Parts: sequence; C-alpha cells; structure tokens
Amino acid sequence: MNEWQPKILAFLCNWCSYAGADLAGVSRIQYPPNVRVVRVPCSGRVNPIFILKSLENGFDGVLVSGCHPGDCHYISGNYIARRKFAVLKAALEFMGVEPGRVQFSWVSAGEGEKFAQVIGQVTDTVKGLGPAKRLVKTAEAPGVAG
Amino acid sequence: MKAGGSEQELREAARKLLKDKKVGVVVGYARGTGELRSTPAFIRHGKDADRLIFDRTCGISLVPHLRKALKALPKGAKAAVVAKGCDGRALVQYMAEGQLKRDDVVIVGVACDGVLDPRKSDVLSDSCLRCRYPNPPVYDVFVAEPKAVGAGDEYAAVTEFEKLGPEERWGWFQTQFAKCIRCYACRNACPMCYCEECFVDQTNPLWFGKSAEQPDTAMFHIVRALHTAGRCVDCGACERACPLGVRLGLLNKRIEKEIKERFGYTAGLDPEATPALATYDEEDKQEFIL
Repeated sequence: MNEWQPKILAFLCNWCSYAGADLAGVSRIQYPPNVRVVRVPCSGRVNPIFILKSLENGFDGVLVSGCHPGDCHYISGNYIARRKFAVLKAALEFMGVEPGRVQFSWVSAGEGEKFAQVIGQVTDTVKGLGPAKRLVKTAEAPGVAG
Repeated sequence: MKAGGSEQELREAARKLLKDKKVGVVVGYARGTGELRSTPAFIRHGKDADRLIFDRTCGISLVPHLRKALKALPKGAKAAVVAKGCDGRALVQYMAEGQLKRDDVVIVGVACDGVLDPRKSDVLSDSCLRCRYPNPPVYDVFVAEPKAVGAGDEYAAVTEFEKLGPEERWGWFQTQFAKCIRCYACRNACPMCYCEECFVDQTNPLWFGKSAEQPDTAMFHIVRALHTAGRCVDCGACERACPLGVRLGLLNKRIEKEIKERFGYTAGLDPEATPALATYDEEDKQEFIL
C-alpha cells in the first residue's frame, strides 16, 4: 500500500491516443492510475519544452502518444514529431537522463488494449527508475539559493 | 601585426568590390582592443579596406553582423562578407532556411587554419580541432588557396564521452551548467540564433525561470541545443563567446551526429536541402517508439 507511486504526464493526441484512452475506459480495461492526461491536437503539437518542463515541475515520467504513421489527422504531424523526439531522446540520454523517463508511443483510437498495456509498461519502467532527480526543480537542487 | 600576403589579397578584393560598386559594404574583421582580439568591421570605402585582417584571432561569426549590415543598406544593394569554412556553412544554412538570398551577398572565402579560443590561452578552439570544412561551400571570391578537407573523426570527443556511465555524464553536465551565469552571450554570438524573440526572453508563457538555478540553466542549454538541432554548423562561436568557459559544443555535436546518422543530413552544405527537422521520411527509424 505504501509503495512509492510515480507521477506520469501523458500528452495524448486528440484523434488517436486520446480516443484510445477513452476506449480503454469505456471497455473497463484496468490500467495504473499513475498517469495524468493532457489532450493535445496532435503529437506534433508537443514542443520538447513541454516535456522538459514536466520533468522540471516534478513528474517522474512523460509519455507522448500519437497516431500511427500514416494515420495523422494533419497528414504529417506525427512524422515531424518522430524526428523531434528522436533528437530529444538522444540528447537527454547523452546527458545522463534515464532513457525510461521520456517515452513515446503510437496508439490508435481502436487500441484500448494497447493503451492500457503502454501505460502499464511506462509505469513499470518509471517505477523501476524511482523518483526523478535530474532536471527537477526542488528546494534542495544544487545551485538553488537558500 | 604585419599583414601577410593573403591579407593583402583580402584587402585588394574588398577594395575592388567597393570600387566597382558591386557591394555597399564589406563585412570583415579588424584588429580589436589588443593584439589577440579582432572586431567586426564594416568597410564602406575603399580607403578603409586596409583595416581588414584575417588571422587566428578572427573567431567571431560575422553572419549575424552581415544580416544587420544588409538591413541597413538601400534595397537591392549587396553586401560582401569575409567567410571562413564554418561561416560559409552558416551562410548556406541561412539560404536553406530562407533567411538570405544568394544574390544579396558576395562571399569572400578565406582559407582558415582554425581560430583561437580566448579561454584556452594558446590553443585552437575545440570546434577548429575537429573541423572538417575549412573552406566555405559556396563563394564568389576566394583569397589564397582553398585548404584540404579535414579527415579526422569529428565525433571523437562524443564517442569518448559516451563511454562514461550516465552518472558521470550527468555530473559533467552539472559542472558545466553550474558555471553558467545566463548572460546569453552564446546565443548572441550564434549565427543560428536569429529568432526575433528568443524563448528565454518570453515572459508569457515564462518557459523557464530567469535565475541561474541549476534546472533552469540546464533547460536553457538543452532547448538551445534543440533549437539549433540540424542547423548548428559547429563554428564554436558560442564557446568562444562564453565568459565562463562552459563547454557548450559537446551536446550540439552529439545531436549533429544523431541527425547525420538517422536522417543523413549535415547542416550548411547544400543551400537547396530542406533542414532535417523541417521535413520527414515515412521510413524514418522508430525503434524507440512503443
């Protein structure tokens, strides 16, 4: 009961992953309650700053989920996002931020099962990593006055 | 400092461009305060061309200055710019990004042996030590002879750094960010940071705190590296501008490597190419996506 629970922020695209989450809900599929959802118009809307800011503000993990390649409502939003995320992921790993903190997935509106499975997988990974320490703004962080 | 042969040639070329009314201004380097400093010079008359120099102290990127000089000129007038290899690549990247028209500028290429880093007393800038492109990819006039293309492994430092564990890597970045005082000299010196309003200057939304607190500083550097991803030409102007010797180039270099390997794109070589992050390929690798 007292086990540490991670807080995970999920950016879900309006057209696929958000609907996938909705389907998981109406289908009564169980998945961990660690995830807080932000609905975005498209995975391409997710600025890497959003992801960094989430970590800075105390989320232990961030998930960005969009439509499968070829299914983007805006034709190419997820393709552009894929390039951005590849670069962000490489940069964060290079700096020594744990790879599991920031994750990406494609979940369609029909994949309620997959949505639950992705959330389970992300939650397990972040649980394994423990509370986020890097890039987090806390009173104890080095360099903070007082 | 006595002017060498190629310096005379450079002055001659500038004088000729101004005399023939080909350009309204020549943007180059002049001796700054002290023998080891250079300063951007805007030469508008042939008689001033003797102020121009080019040597190892010419580390400032003239590309942002060229843009300002162009704006000040009457419509249709051209400007000439003295360009090392990296400056030439920055110019090409400007063209690729629609920031500069090839016809508006006369590129005076110079052969570069690398420039000094003021914080490394007698050593070349890190980016010069790994430089592979000593000559500008496009030019109208070339002073002296183009140099041979570098053959060394430009990613040696990146590979070496990656051998460290994540804890050590994070520790090293922490020591770098701890030095930063958020003066934004790196951004101001960077040819690719040409946004009219930078994200760190925005207050609504306030993306990151303004203080030099550790996570905010880290965010600034990561996001700046991401904003220049696939555009950075590794000129090293940021590192040379930094008053505290923050080693900014390593993260940029890692990102550059990722983009080269993943998307087959190198910034600043082809004015017609679409920058890597402004386009996509349906077949892009996606092994990291669940």
